[in-house]
Parts: sequence; structure tokens; C-alpha cells
Amino acid sequence: MGEKNKLPKRVLALGATSGIAEATLRLFAESGANLFLVGRNAAKLEAVRADLMARGAASADVYTVDLNDTAQHPALLEQAVQTLGAIDLALLAHGVLGDQEAAQADYAVAEVVLYTNFLSAVSLITWLANYFEKNHAGVLAVISSVAGDRGRKSNYVYGASKGALSIFLDGVRNRIDRSGVQVLTIKPGFVATPMTSHLPKGPLFAQPAQVAKGIVRAIERRSDVVYLPPFWELIMLIICSIPERIFKKLNL
Amino acid sequence: MASTKQLPLFESWGRYPRLQAAELAPIHWSTDFPRQSVAPAQLPVGLGRSYGDVCLLENGVLLETSGLDRFLAFDPSTGILRCEAGVSLAQILDFAVPRGFFLPVTPGTKFVTVGGAIANDIHGKNHHVAGSFGCHVRQLELVRSDGSSIICSPERNADWFRATVGGCGLTGLITWAEIQMRPIVSPRIDYEGIQFHGIDELIELFKSNSGIEYTVAWIDCVSTGANFARGIYMLGDHSDVPAPLVAGGKAKLNFPVDLPAVFLNRHTMRAFNEVYFHKQFGKRVKSLVHYEPFFYPLDAVLHWNRMYGKDGLLQFQCALPWEGGKEGMIELLRAITRSGLASFLAVLKAFGDIPSPGMLSFPMPGLMLALDFPIREGVSFKLLDNLASITREHGGRLYSAKDARMTAEQFQAFYPQWQEFSRYVDPGFDSAFWQRVTGRRPIDG
Repeated sequence: MGEKNKLPKRVLALGATSGIAEATLRLFAESGANLFLVGRNAAKLEAVRADLMARGAASADVYTVDLNDTAQHPALLEQAVQTLGAIDLALLAHGVLGDQEAAQADYAVAEVVLYTNFLSAVSLITWLANYFEKNHAGVLAVISSVAGDRGRKSNYVYGASKGALSIFLDGVRNRIDRSGVQVLTIKPGFVATPMTSHLPKGPLFAQPAQVAKGIVRAIERRSDVVYLPPFWELIMLIICSIPERIFKKLNL
Repeated sequence: MASTKQLPLFESWGRYPRLQAAELAPIHWSTDFPRQSVAPAQLPVGLGRSYGDVCLLENGVLLETSGLDRFLAFDPSTGILRCEAGVSLAQILDFAVPRGFFLPVTPGTKFVTVGGAIANDIHGKNHHVAGSFGCHVRQLELVRSDGSSIICSPERNADWFRATVGGCGLTGLITWAEIQMRPIVSPRIDYEGIQFHGIDELIELFKSNSGIEYTVAWIDCVSTGANFARGIYMLGDHSDVPAPLVAGGKAKLNFPVDLPAVFLNRHTMRAFNEVYFHKQFGKRVKSLVHYEPFFYPLDAVLHWNRMYGKDGLLQFQCALPWEGGKEGMIELLRAITRSGLASFLAVLKAFGDIPSPGMLSFPMPGLMLALDFPIREGVSFKLLDNLASITREHGGRLYSAKDARMTAEQFQAFYPQWQEFSRYVDPGFDSAFWQRVTGRRPIDG
């Protein structure tokens, strides 16, 4: 029971209307957290805000911005600090799946995926890492993906954006973990969210609530990297151990 | 992107009929509706717990609403909850019980959405004191396929409210609703089980216990002779002794496979009913139980409908008015017993006289009977058609949410308000049920 008290209290959520973020924020709302919710769509943000307030959030403020506009990041983050007083946890959850076929045919499409999933995240993480390092405290939790562990023909543009993000986070962790900052790389497998609503659902699909519980557990345990649901760690271990001369011939 | 081959079949709980939709469209936000391209017609669906075809639409678009799962406001001083329509009753209980509130009306499963509860104007064991679910809906938002929004309540746009409550999802998409919850101080139910023999004894029990909030009877539809219409009468009240407000647990079992149909036969059913009747030792048994096993015994086993095999099951549920209702009930039970088709759980209840708000609401003052049948070629359909005739002869009606068989002629006799209702049907909406009861879709066998 005492575990809940250890949860970070002042939470910044970037991409708060994403399925995984919303499910995770519900758990923080139930623990009475103060929330600062950032997203692109004001109507969706308002629905999420109302839900989190009803579930017990001490406060929930919203900020509407397109996170691809990196020039806005400093103002947005400063506003979050001012509203919350300080940030104990930043959850980065914005991202796009993209259309692999379109992205491999047209660089402009691939660029949007890489920009949103990687570069805009780098901009936010850079600011937040320096903020947390200065405070000698904080949790930086970032949603990457199992797709980033190895490139596959079915989604390598998305995979590359998430793989780059994971490597970037490894470096940030190596730099600021020693300052008392937890850098958590979250690698979900298939999750039934709006992002994947057009895909046929197989048995490997997890519910967002299940992934959210795993994220909270990883924060409580001060993990570095977490696969969710955990069986993905084994799957990816196997996938990454296949020699490239065989892997390149597989249809994955 | 997904081809028709990949599209999973959306099934009702009875898994009959099996009708392939053209598309399953998840609705995560109220702004996801209306949709850009709409081929030929659409229908909102929740968790697929209705039995027949009210949640099916062949070649249509099924709007999957379970992504609309947000609470929008809760006032602990009044118990008024506003939530999106895809929130399930299970989610409401997890939310409300620790806060000292309970559902005003609950069916025998908590895996239904608020939108579905309204669209089918569901009832529970407390109908005689609380009325149907719709009696506790303060207001709701209905969005039509042309994008217009109608906020309706018993006072405001009252005709739309009466059409939408019990309207089988045909009047438009319910995006959110406001529900009046009831306070509790304990998650427990003061339970009593009483064995009875025969309908007379049962009606006497209903009449003498009308002050108890929850009453229902399990009735043996297999046994004959001296044991004809025996059963267990179950009563419960929310305990008034304060106790820690802990919501119920998660389902622990999953029925993993379709059971071959041979397992459900006359002998296994007789054995089950014998054991169930005698599971309670003695005429009267009292205990204090958590609400979970009291209200949702079958929710502990996910997909229990697979027990009926891949062909699915039919449910028969009717209401009979008090006038002649007892004779009608005996006639129904005789026909069921004779058929040898009855299965595990038959439920009998007395409905109270609180009017339901919907034009097509099912409850009426009198007696209600519900039970499942396996689908056996040649006999099940015949039996159901016979039961529907008996129901009609005695001035009763069938429950659309459970039915897969009634004809257009029967439906229109059971629900004479159907023509008034049809004026409120969204021109972009349709369902297999609505096609059937308006004579646009034939009935099997």
C-alpha cells in the first residue's frame, strides 16, 4: 500500500492523448498527482483532463501545441515547471506509426516519422535532462518501441526512429543517472491503442492498461529499460540473435 | 488497409446469427464520429453482450465504442456520474465502490457499456424498487450521423430521450451519459436463499418480499412431477454495516475452447439442476457475501458462452403481465420441460410497476422468465417459436436484446410504439435486428 506514495507527484505528459500515456496517467491521477498535459488536439486534451480529474488528480492543466514545432519547446517546458512548481516525472509519449510503404517510397514521408519520433523527442529530452541533472532528481520516462531493436522490412522507418531514440536515451542515462536521475526507456510491443486501431489484432496485442501498470512498476523499481509486456524481452532477444545472413531473408 | 478476410467476426453473446460486418470502426474520441466515409449503414456496438442480432449489421460499419472510456465528472456529494458511453459497468464499479457508490441498476454481467445499458434499457434484480437503467439516466448526448448533437433528458428533448433509451442504438451514437449512482457503506450483500416448489409458492415469495431491494429466482426447467418448477428464491440488500469498500476481483477463469455440443444433454442438465437445487442445504440459508458473486457469478468465467459449442446459443426472455401471467408462466415452463432442451440457468423475476422511460423498453409489471437453449437442428427454433406464441397469447412480450427469432409481426404486436419510434431512427443507422423486425431480413428455419 505504501508503494503508491513513492510515485512521482508532479507529472508532465508530452503526448498526453496517446493511448499508453492516457492509461498511465490514470494511475497517477488515482494517486492524487498534479498533472500537466500536452497535446495537439484541444478537444481530446479536454476529455483526458476531465477523466483524470474525476479519477482523483490533484490538478490537471492542459497545453495545446504541436510538438513537431521544436521552437515552442522551451516556452512549453518553462510553463510546465511554473504550473507544477517542479517536474518530478516527464513522460514522453508522442509519436507516429507512419505508413511504411509510403515512407519507403517517399523520403518526405519518412522525414516526418523521424522528425516526430526522434528529433522532437531529442529537443525535449535535451532540455529535460539538463533540468533534472541540475535538480539531482527526477524521472525521465520515454516511450520507445521493440521495433527499435532491429530493422525489419515491415516497419524500418518507424523502427529506425525508435532505435535512434533508444540509443540517445542510453547515452543520456550514462550521463545523468549518476546525478540521481532515472532515465527509463519503455519498449512496448503491440498495444491496442488509437495508433494501431487500423491493424488486425493478434494474440500478441496488449491492452494499454496492462502496459501502464508495467510503466508504473518500472518507475517504482527504478528500472533503466523495460519491455512491456515483459515477454517481449525474450522475443526481441531471439530476434536480435538471428544472424543477419539469415535474418535478411525472413519476412518480418 | 485490412482486407475483408482479415476482419474478425464481431459476435453477439449468443454467437447466433453470424453476420459479417464490412468494417469495425473503433471510436476512441467523440470527435471520431461522424466518420468521413460511411458505407451502406452503421451501428454502434459495445462489448457484445446482447445475445441475438441487436449488435450486428451485415455488410455495415460497426462503431466500436469501448474506446470511449472516460469519466467526465463525478460529484461525491450527489453521486452523479457523467461518463463516456463506452465505459463499462465493471469500470464504473472499480471507480465508484471505493468512493461509496454503487450502480443504480445492474444486469447479470458487468461487462456491458453504459451506451449498451441505455440502448437496451437493461434491468436488474431490483426492478421492482428501482425500475430499469434508463430511470437513472439524468441526461445524455446523442450524435446523429449528420453531425448534429442532441442533449436529451426526461425533461429536455424528451421524445429523443424516450426513443434512445431502449432504442437499440438506432437513434444515433450516444457519446456520454449522466447517471445517478446510489450510495453504499459496504460492498457486501445480506443474502438469503429460500428453496421453493412451484409457481404459487414463488409468487407468494415475491409478494411478501417486495421491500427487499434485490430479488430473483433460479428455477429448474428440467425436472418434472413433484419437482416441477422448483427452485431457489434469492434475496439481497446492500449491507448497512460499514465495511472496507473494496471493488470486485477480475475474472479468474477463461473458457478456452468451444465445448462439443454433446456435453450439453438431458442427463448432464438434469444432474446440474439437481446439484444446484441442493447446493443449499436446508430450506433457508442466510449469509453476507461480496456483491461480485451475488450479481456476477458468471463473470468469473470469461467466454462462458463457448460452453454451448461453436453453433452458439439462443436465449428466450419474456415478460408476462400479472393478469394471466401465472398461467402463462406455467404453460411456458411445461413446454420447456417437455422439450428437454433447457439448460443450466433459468431465471424468474417479478417486475415492478415503475414505468420504463423508453418507447421500446422491455419491462412491464408482472413476471419475467429468461433462459438459454443450445441450438439443436430442427427443435430449438420450433421451441422458441412456440414460446413466443405462448407469450403473445398471454399479453406479454420478448426482450429484443436477447432475441434472435421473433418475426416482424410478433415484434410489432409486442411493441406497438415501434412506428412512433421509427421516426427517430438515424437515416445512416441500421441493425440486423431492425432489418428483421421491420420485415427486411428473413428468419432461419
